[in-house]
Amino acid sequence: MTTAPPLPSVVDAELELPPGVEPVARSNWELFRRRFFRHKLAVVGLVLLVFLIVVCFGAHWIAPYPKNKTNLLITPGGPSAKHWFGTNALGQDMLTQILYAGQISLKIGLAVAFFSTVAGVFVGALAGFYAGWIDQGLSRLTDLFLIVPEIAILGVAIKRLGATDNSFIIVLAALGWMYIARVVRGQVLSLKEKEFVEAARASGASSRRIIVRHILPNCIGPIMVNATLAIAAAVIAESTLTYLGLGLQPPATSWGILLNQAESAVTATSTFYLVAFPGLALILTVLAVNFLGDGLRDAFDPQSPH
Amino acid sequence: MSAGGSSDDGDAAVLTYILRRVLYSVPVLIIASFLVFWGIRTTYDPTAKYRTSKDAARVIAEKRKELGLDRPILAQWWTWFTGFLHGNLGTSERTGDKVSHMLTHALWPSLQLMFWGLIIALVLAIAVGVYSAVKQYSAGDYAFTGISYVGIAMPTFLFGLLSISLLVTLPVTKFHLNQPIFYSVGLHSEGQSGFNLDYLRHLALPVAALTVQSVAVWSRFQRASMLDILNADYVRTARAKGVPQRKVIFKHAFRNALIPLVTVVALDTAFLVGGLVITEQIFSIAGMGRLFLDSLQFGDAPVLLGWFLIVALFVITFNLFADLAYGWLDPRIRVS
Repeated sequence: MTTAPPLPSVVDAELELPPGVEPVARSNWELFRRRFFRHKLAVVGLVLLVFLIVVCFGAHWIAPYPKNKTNLLITPGGPSAKHWFGTNALGQDMLTQILYAGQISLKIGLAVAFFSTVAGVFVGALAGFYAGWIDQGLSRLTDLFLIVPEIAILGVAIKRLGATDNSFIIVLAALGWMYIARVVRGQVLSLKEKEFVEAARASGASSRRIIVRHILPNCIGPIMVNATLAIAAAVIAESTLTYLGLGLQPPATSWGILLNQAESAVTATSTFYLVAFPGLALILTVLAVNFLGDGLRDAFDPQSPH
Repeated sequence: MSAGGSSDDGDAAVLTYILRRVLYSVPVLIIASFLVFWGIRTTYDPTAKYRTSKDAARVIAEKRKELGLDRPILAQWWTWFTGFLHGNLGTSERTGDKVSHMLTHALWPSLQLMFWGLIIALVLAIAVGVYSAVKQYSAGDYAFTGISYVGIAMPTFLFGLLSISLLVTLPVTKFHLNQPIFYSVGLHSEGQSGFNLDYLRHLALPVAALTVQSVAVWSRFQRASMLDILNADYVRTARAKGVPQRKVIFKHAFRNALIPLVTVVALDTAFLVGGLVITEQIFSIAGMGRLFLDSLQFGDAPVLLGWFLIVALFVITFNLFADLAYGWLDPRIRVS
């Protein structure tokens, strides 16, 4: 590092070319977009996810019946022209129920992905860049959480904080950020030894500027991929815990609640649709997010063929 | 292998490494056990069930004293910890049984599920992965890719529910079979034991539910690592000098392609414990997962601590194994 006298002049030369900077940045974005949109599954995933978000959060306008509207006069029945996804024991329209339940499931998934990514990137970048006690602390903490199965921590923490959608977001994000932090830490560790970081430092950039402007933009691929996977993991975790009776309780609603209530369908073939449709919503969400993650991975990878 | 001297050095290095890792996990385990204890004690009240009894205040105070709840949490934990060091895991606050007894009882069904699950998942994942890599972009490869996408997206409990619906309930109610082909409760029928057809009919669905995600993930992984190897220079060389395709695949590529999978599998075994909780609950199997859920509903600290210790030891062992396996399988990588 100390034996590179010609380095500053090279950097100066580069910095003196402001016209060259803007087009490069745009063409990176263009490259990314082209790679992403050529990935058919990724586009399918994106469209599916946006569709699910729109129909669930727009349920107030889209759902065929008002929320929780019971109709005890009709017997529970399978899919029909009036009730596309059938009705449950209370005569509630399952399509309506699934759309409203999706609001909670998707909200948990998206919020957990957002918060765990922000926290994970912050801690991971500091740990990777500065090493020292933050890094030590991070790896001790993850060691600690690695040996306790996630389901055990979730079970106790949800019970403690109360079984609401917000406590799910807090607990899942509190567990999830460590994973993203480890990924970012690893990336930062290798990136900070690269020449362009050395060049930035030689030209007098502050550590903060190096991290924010030079290192993190180069980690955007793994960060985005892990953020999408975090959505899937959170949606699955919520539904699993709720199904086991450790999570949300009625009158709250989520896909996990609908599946929990549909358990009787397991012993009666005639109500199979009560499991099938909420289950399908769950699987489609996770599939969409995974496709999206795959597409982002390829689109952010400069070595990918497209 | 190389000369005796250096090999001895290598063995010593591996032993030191194992020892260091084991010693390192001791404080981690101790701290984690305290956090688990603290989490349970501050969340659950084991005397809650006495609240409705006559003279509730006195009964609860007595019970609290009996269970030691009137002392600070650190002191309570210390009592448990010293007991543990003397080989005594205490008694359950829920059933009054000895914790060690409950754990050994619960361990056996879970070990059976894990054992069969691991074997079947590995065989399937490797077979599918190798096939998909060798026949890359064939119809079969695309089919397996599609199936594994769905497998990865399928939560364990949902697979359990769907499989019971379609393979247990449906045949009986729709096709009027006297008994289903597969069973969905326990590991044996009433009065049955041992390894027999009845056992397999009970085992099939829980093992499938436990492993469906692992098979999907591992087969993708195996496919990727097999493709890497098939595109490696030495495999091309083998092909160029006229080694038959079968031999290239199984002698040259396959063994090396297994190395990354071993690590992933060993690390994922911790993940299987979570699946065990769900599987045992859905299929009513009285194993570690069921014991965990029952104890958690009650906040049974001694049982949960014992449970946590066994699971943690299991996870630590497999993680260590993952590290060591890498060195054993690939002589170029040695622990340092």
